[in-house]
Amino acid sequence: MKTLREAKIGDTATVVKLHGEGAVKRRIMDMGITKGVEIYVRKVAPLGDPVEVTVRGYELSIRKADAEMIEVK
Amino acid sequence: MDIRIALAGNPNSGKTTLFNALTGSNQFVGNWPGVTVEKKEGKLKKHSDVIIMDLPGIYSLSPYTLEEVVARNYLINERPDAILNIIDGTNLERNLYLTTQLTELGIPVVVAVNMMDVVQKNGDKINIGELSRQLGCKVVEISALKGTGVMEAAEEAVRAAHETKTVPQHSFSGVVEHAIAHIEEAAVHTMPLEQQRWYAIKIFERDEKVLEQMKLAPSVLQHIEEDIKAAEVELDDDAESIITNERYLYIASIIKGCYRKKNVGKLSTSDKIDKVVTNRWLALPIFAVVMIIVYYVSVSTVGSWATDWANDGVFGDGWHLFGIGSSEYEEAAEEYTVPGAVVEAFEAAAEEAGVEPGEAETLTTTAYLYDDDGNVEEEIPVDFAAYEEAAAIEEPDPAEYGVWVPGIPVLVESGLEAINCADWLQGLILDGIIGGVGAVLGFVPQMLVLFIFLAFLESCGYMARIAFVMDRIFRRFGLSGKSFIPMLIGTGCGIPGVMASRTIENERDRRMTIMTTTFIPCGAKLPIIALIAGALFGGAWWVAPSAYFIGIAAIVISGIMLKKTKMFAGDPAPFVMELPAYHLPTVGNVLRSMWERAWSFIKKAGTVILLSAILLWFLQGFGVENGSFGMVEDLNNSILAVIGNGIAWIFSPLGWGNWQSAVATITGLIAKENVVGTFGVLFGGFDEVAENGWQIWANMRASFTPLAAYSFLIFNLLCAPCFAAIGAIKREMNNAKWTWFAIGYQCVFAYAIALVVYQLGMLFTGNGNVVGSIVAFAIVAFLLFMLFRPYKESNKLEQSVKISA
Repeated sequence: MKTLREAKIGDTATVVKLHGEGAVKRRIMDMGITKGVEIYVRKVAPLGDPVEVTVRGYELSIRKADAEMIEVK
Repeated sequence: MDIRIALAGNPNSGKTTLFNALTGSNQFVGNWPGVTVEKKEGKLKKHSDVIIMDLPGIYSLSPYTLEEVVARNYLINERPDAILNIIDGTNLERNLYLTTQLTELGIPVVVAVNMMDVVQKNGDKINIGELSRQLGCKVVEISALKGTGVMEAAEEAVRAAHETKTVPQHSFSGVVEHAIAHIEEAAVHTMPLEQQRWYAIKIFERDEKVLEQMKLAPSVLQHIEEDIKAAEVELDDDAESIITNERYLYIASIIKGCYRKKNVGKLSTSDKIDKVVTNRWLALPIFAVVMIIVYYVSVSTVGSWATDWANDGVFGDGWHLFGIGSSEYEEAAEEYTVPGAVVEAFEAAAEEAGVEPGEAETLTTTAYLYDDDGNVEEEIPVDFAAYEEAAAIEEPDPAEYGVWVPGIPVLVESGLEAINCADWLQGLILDGIIGGVGAVLGFVPQMLVLFIFLAFLESCGYMARIAFVMDRIFRRFGLSGKSFIPMLIGTGCGIPGVMASRTIENERDRRMTIMTTTFIPCGAKLPIIALIAGALFGGAWWVAPSAYFIGIAAIVISGIMLKKTKMFAGDPAPFVMELPAYHLPTVGNVLRSMWERAWSFIKKAGTVILLSAILLWFLQGFGVENGSFGMVEDLNNSILAVIGNGIAWIFSPLGWGNWQSAVATITGLIAKENVVGTFGVLFGGFDEVAENGWQIWANMRASFTPLAAYSFLIFNLLCAPCFAAIGAIKREMNNAKWTWFAIGYQCVFAYAIALVVYQLGMLFTGNGNVVGSIVAFAIVAFLLFMLFRPYKESNKLEQSVKISA
């Protein structure tokens, strides 16, 4: 299983499934990361975390620990 | 009846700009009851019967974040007459997600598509007619920044409020609709028709807050649960995710029909800026430069000029208008140093000898000139002739140079003297009331400077990048990357520092920042550090850095400990944050935001500060002298001294159980630098001492051991801040319980750390006290336990939010 955490800068990944539950999962989905959407990994913050991605035409910052919940292909 | 229109939309969608454009200066800013979320209301321009309620910026109506719960509780409990939903036209997809939820509430919705000018400039096309048809509600194009279409949108909302027609809603997939239909029938059929669907969907999502409110019978719940399970099995996901997924699918289908993007994949200006600003290598240097500019202007230069002007000028002796005459006066004052010292020394010697200085023809003495640390720079022998010569030179008066504007206390004092006002009343007015008002307003000019920066950084989009860059460091301590600014400003003054915490979205991070910002030694604590370092440690270089180290360590330790306590662990804090596009804010919006924040400080913090200043004036100035109660000349006879005597024992375990220290600690609550002045009076009888108090160093050495003095320093650095900062904490916490908790925590923490340092210090120098050492070790053990206790992020919002009283 590949997660968004493992995606490299410049990669475009498609979301397969979201794991986890509750507040964080809902928040991630509310921000538009849902099944089938394409995520472009733009950059990593200077200190190595979080990462910046483009989803549904806007920029989103997400922690690596949370990116682990997003299964991609 | 007034018409109430709720303004709802995503953060960064231009909601505040629209709200300002709609209401002008007709606004009321406050907080939602008991929480730190801001609440704004205003009357629509030219419509005195229309009230616009600005809801917090939200992405969804989930039950997990405070802002969302506040917004949805308002919408479902207060049921406004219409919702004006502002959406960002450059980011339709995600913005429409909230729209799909708002249209289910059964409240008329009007959608205002903002930033249409940008959309057109990019060459993109939005088919408004088609969008309106698909959403089933009126859609208006606006540009909040340029003011186009703004009033039309509001009037559309007013019209919609009159026609109580509910909007048609989109449908979910078959199996979900089936379950929802069952839920409507089983659980919500007694509700008004237009509200049923929203509740049914929430029950389907197993929304805890709604289930709590509905109190459904277990049999009904079980029946419903079967339907939900069936849908979950068929769609292979949990109910909440199914709904979210389907909303976005629905939006995608709408967008296809009405939105055409021209330049796919081309970099926008904002993208180009971002490439540089949050670049892996450049981000930190750029961040440092921005912070240095903010600090330099709002603390070192303009900010400190503003504070000095307000405190020493307007609420002090007076000031030179536009600085005219300042330099001439300073030159004259400099020239007067020698004659001044000569006169002072001779008069003091004459008084000692018991003669009038004017007749002491045979008296000789020596005048000393000191540098800032109290070292003798020059010795001048003085005899009667030298005295007469020096006395003939008049001490320069600042009022005689340039354009002098007397300060408020000076003006009031001369007024009061003219009407022969009683001494105590004069004291109350001058030292109590005007001093108190000065303590409130004295910080406002500096705040205004800082707030301009904050408003600019927030609205241009850089603030979100600060959180992005600093997140990794700060989240370990339960803080946000945005906590950096309050802490940085806190090194200058804790009051604007605490006020700067408003930029942090998450309530938990915000409260944590408010509680810990004042641990950083502020400018007013520097004299205390200088006094202790000079008096007991021979001006050792390490004392000041160690004070900053202790401040930072206190923040880190408190952050790690507190985030695990029940008070903080209850709120989830997912860090999934939008990084909005960069754009240039308007001057009007920046100024308005600046003024709103400063005014809320004056209004909400002012009373506390004023009352405590008056109370302390009374305790300091009154007492029993010569057998009767009244105003006292000598601080030794004041009520405060009695209190100091009464509570001094509390500080014995910290090594400084003398009453002078207790009194100084209390007067430090007015302003921390007062500690030095109070010591000046109590340890040497000096009315005025230098900033580092060198005149009393020798006397202090007699009363303190270095260890006790260091413990005193620690306690005064970490304990409750000055009243003005407490006022700011109260304003930002917006909750008495949390304010007391913050102050109480600071005092207890300060006490514990000072005790550990003193007792263990004594132990290691071979003078240990058994009980003290045991207590100190117990505290250390408790701190370590709290630091290393495992921690799990909460997954639901525990806090309940009441919208109506």
